[in-house]
Amino acid sequence: MVEFFLPKNSKVGKGKTYKAPAGATRVRKFEVYRWNPDDGQNPRTDIYEVDLDKCGPMVLDALIKIKNEVDSTLTFRRSCREGICGSCAMNINGKNGLACTTGMDEVKGDVKITPLPHMEVVKDLVPDLTNFYAQYASIEPWLKTESPAPDRERLQTEDDRRKMDGLYECILCACCSASCPSYWWNQDRYLGPAILLQAYRWIADSRDEHTGERLDNLEDPFRLYRCHTIMNCAHACPKGLNPAKAIAEIKKLMVERRA
Amino acid sequence: MAHVKRPLSPHLGVYRWTVTMATSILHRASGVALGAGALWLAWWLFAAASGYEAFECVQGFSTSPVGMVLLFGVTLALMFHLLNGIRHLAWDMGHGFEVKTATVSGWTVIVLALVLAIVAWGIGLSMMGAFQ
Repeated sequence: MVEFFLPKNSKVGKGKTYKAPAGATRVRKFEVYRWNPDDGQNPRTDIYEVDLDKCGPMVLDALIKIKNEVDSTLTFRRSCREGICGSCAMNINGKNGLACTTGMDEVKGDVKITPLPHMEVVKDLVPDLTNFYAQYASIEPWLKTESPAPDRERLQTEDDRRKMDGLYECILCACCSASCPSYWWNQDRYLGPAILLQAYRWIADSRDEHTGERLDNLEDPFRLYRCHTIMNCAHACPKGLNPAKAIAEIKKLMVERRA
Repeated sequence: MAHVKRPLSPHLGVYRWTVTMATSILHRASGVALGAGALWLAWWLFAAASGYEAFECVQGFSTSPVGMVLLFGVTLALMFHLLNGIRHLAWDMGHGFEVKTATVSGWTVIVLALVLAIVAWGIGLSMMGAFQ
C-alpha cells in the first residue's frame, strides 16, 4: 500500500554528535541512521565528524573508522570492500549504492546515510532481507532441464552466451529493489527489479528448458506488471546493470508467445 | 529476546528525485487530470444541448480566470500524457532504457509538453481575437 509517511515508531529523531578530534583539518560530517532494538527508542540520526586525513577514500572506510575508533555500537553489513559481495548496500545522500564503491568525493556536502529504503530495520544500517531472498527462491534460480544430462558441460554458442551479459553480473545487493517506489508500496506481491532481472537471466539462458513455465510463473498483475518504468533501478545499480530493460524483455516475451 | 516492532527505514522522504521518477508520477497525475477534463468537456456538451442558460453558466466558469488556469492545466496534462505515452510505447518495444536516454527523453517530454500547451493556447486565443 502507498504510505507517504513513516509509521509512528519509525520517525527519526535527533541523536548524538561526535566531534572530530582536536587538530583535524579536513573534517567531513557523517549523518548516520541509528536504531537499537534493545532500548525501546525511535530511530535517531547520529552525527560523526571524521578526519579525512586519517581515513580511506570510500564511504565504507569512514563507517569502519567510526566503528573502530569512535562508536563500536554502529552496526552495518560489509565484507569484500570491492563491490562484489553486495553486503554494504545502503542509501547514501538519497541514492542507493554500495558504501565500498562510493567514493566520498562522489557525494556533495555532509554524507547522509540511511538503510536501504522501505525495509524493516534489524539494527542501524542492517535491513531485513528475508522477503527479498524468499522472492529470489520463488523464481527457482537454477538451470532446469528435461533432456538427459550430457557426458560433458551443456554447451552454448558465443551468441547465446552473450545474451546473458548484463544479467549474470548481478550481485543481489538489493540496491535496485529498494530504490523502486513500486516495490516500496507492493513488495508483498511485486517481485521487484533485482528478482525480475534474475528471472530473466534464466529465461535468457539457452541451456534452460523451462522457459514457458518460468513465464507462466510471472504472468501476474503484481509479480511482473507492477513495473512502471520508473527507472530508479538502473540509476541505482552499482554494477551498471539495467533491470528495467530486463523486465521489458520479459514483457515482450509475454506478448510474443501470445501471438 | 523480547519481540520488538521493527521500524521501517526512510523512503520517499530521503530518496533523491530523478527525472524518470518525476515523469512516472506525472504520467499518473496527468491521467487523473484528463479524467476530470473529460468530465468538464461532457458537462460543456450537455449544457450546450440543454439550452442557453446552462451553456452560459459553463462558459462563464470556463472563461473566468480560475477556469482558464484549470483549462490550461488540462491542456498541459493532455500534451504531457500524449508525449509520455509515446515514450512508454518506445519502452514497450524495448527501446530507450539507457539511463542517459531515459533522462534526456524525460526532460524532452516535460519541455515539449509546456511548449505545445503554450502554442495551442496561443493559436486558440488568437483565433478568438485576444491579441488584436
